[in-house]
Amino acid sequence: MEKFSNNQQMQRQLLLDNLFRIATRCFAFLVLALLVGILISLIIGAMPSLSKFGWGFLTDSDWDPVAQKFGALVPVFGTLATSFIALLIGVPVSFGIAVFLTELCPNVLKRPLGIAVELLAGIPSIIYGMWGLFVFAPMFADHIQPMLIDNLGDIPLIGLLFQGAPMGIGVFTAGLILAVMVIPFIASVMRDVFEVVPTMLKESAYGLGSTTWEVVRYVVLPYTKTGVVGGIMLGLGRALGETMAVTFVIGNSSRFAVGLFEPGQSISSALANEFAEATGEFHMASLIELGLILFFITFVVLACAKLLLLRLQKQEGKAS
Amino acid sequence: MTNSTISESVKLQGRSESSSTMNTSIYRRRRLVNAFNMGASTLTMAFGLFWLLWILFTLLQHGLSGLSLQAFTQSTPPPGSQGGLANAIYGSLMMTLFGTVIGTPIGILAGIYLAEFGQRGWLAPTTRFINDILLSAPSIVIGLFVYEVYVVSVGHFSGWAGAFALALLVIPVVVRTTENMLRLVPNTLREAAAALGTPQWKITLYVTLRSAKAGVLTGILLAVARISGETAPLLFTALNNQFFNNNMNQPMANLPIVIFQFAMSPYEDWHTLAWTGALLITLSVLTLNILARWMGSQKTQSH
Repeated sequence: MEKFSNNQQMQRQLLLDNLFRIATRCFAFLVLALLVGILISLIIGAMPSLSKFGWGFLTDSDWDPVAQKFGALVPVFGTLATSFIALLIGVPVSFGIAVFLTELCPNVLKRPLGIAVELLAGIPSIIYGMWGLFVFAPMFADHIQPMLIDNLGDIPLIGLLFQGAPMGIGVFTAGLILAVMVIPFIASVMRDVFEVVPTMLKESAYGLGSTTWEVVRYVVLPYTKTGVVGGIMLGLGRALGETMAVTFVIGNSSRFAVGLFEPGQSISSALANEFAEATGEFHMASLIELGLILFFITFVVLACAKLLLLRLQKQEGKAS
Repeated sequence: MTNSTISESVKLQGRSESSSTMNTSIYRRRRLVNAFNMGASTLTMAFGLFWLLWILFTLLQHGLSGLSLQAFTQSTPPPGSQGGLANAIYGSLMMTLFGTVIGTPIGILAGIYLAEFGQRGWLAPTTRFINDILLSAPSIVIGLFVYEVYVVSVGHFSGWAGAFALALLVIPVVVRTTENMLRLVPNTLREAAAALGTPQWKITLYVTLRSAKAGVLTGILLAVARISGETAPLLFTALNNQFFNNNMNQPMANLPIVIFQFAMSPYEDWHTLAWTGALLITLSVLTLNILARWMGSQKTQSH
């Protein structure tokens, strides 16, 4: 009799075990399904515009809600240009910060400074945007921009980039603020990968008489190459998808312009500004298609970043 | 024998002296390059801190003046009259709360699967990979997704839609930290429980998850910190509401979008309110961040 009840209990626990395993499996699957769901729902939403404009959507620079004619060239160009500027400024700075935190910083300051950099990452993007619009842009327009336009605007070729009215807002300002936003992400990945370099390697180099810079350049950097590139790609992924900070300062003009100080538009700022009041089926569908393009670009960039970081982990011989 | 060694050493000395003039120039250049680069590195650190301090300073400068009781008790005003942010604060709190409540269990269970059952098969590695991508996916696209799936089928913007969008942002953060924290739990603990005849679901819930509690909580706090400042996914889900609204099924006011609208408007008193809201959000997000990190460090120190 007792044996029977024991058996029953065992059965019950086994059943619960299976249920538990299946439940957690379902939720893990849900995360996967989420990504697929996003993709499918965006494709369905973008269908009218996908079928009407085809591939021409990518190369057309018209964005005219009145004529219901849409092309993605300006926002795609704006997204790529601002992200490129952000990386141009952000990568060297992040590298410097990571080197400072791993090689130069006194131990007492390491933790507080590390936290300070991470707090910079914690500030919500809308704050960056608002601060950029009200504080940075006026100062930039009054003091720095006229100087740059006067000095660099007349040089052939490069000069083209530095022409335009000193309004403070525009592609360059958006890129600079994005740079400040991605610096903490890139810097903390770089710091983490710099810290996995075996101390013995570095000490051997120091023992041979290398300077700190030579250790960083010829020992740390080659060892962590893939990780560093992965970190940069991660920052790029962030910069591409950033919405609020860019929306505030990019100027929101759907006219095509190459100048750094010209107002422009990015995919996310177009969505933020126009989506809630989109008129007509094609306007809405074109905006969703922009979202699809953005999702696709960031997916590719982030997947590459992830693969590079995984490769570094394998090379290091550590289990993920 | 001795003589030859001496003469050799003399020769060596001579050689090193002649080449030392060249060596010092190389040596000096290397030191110069080193000093320059290390100086630049220190400067970049200062550059990073400079922005942080500048932003915090402006926030305090513009936001403190508007920080009064009124800001917490009155709803957002039409331009030109007095008002506060009560409806926006309430809406933000509700949506963050529901977003966390919906997202956290899903994230924890998925994280458990990855850490405890994910040794074999294709599902775990794929999910881990996709989760890391979702972690930094553009939040505005999440907003688009919820709009397509929920808002369109219901037919109106609502607080629930906003909460769902935020929940989708919570999930990847919680999955990631739960998995990492569960992996830190020593296997001997699991084996000890198993040896006592504990079924696996009990081991996971009552032994492993409990000993990783602090770490998982840190993850949840970080997720809350992240969503409480998010604006983009709320733009087409919760929209905004000028009045106090307790119904999650209606468009709901929330701090980030009120800040966005008020800051973009031409009215001076709206700007003041926007700065106050910005200060409130930043302070709460930074406090949550510091709290999470503090809890995280408690955990690692006790190990």
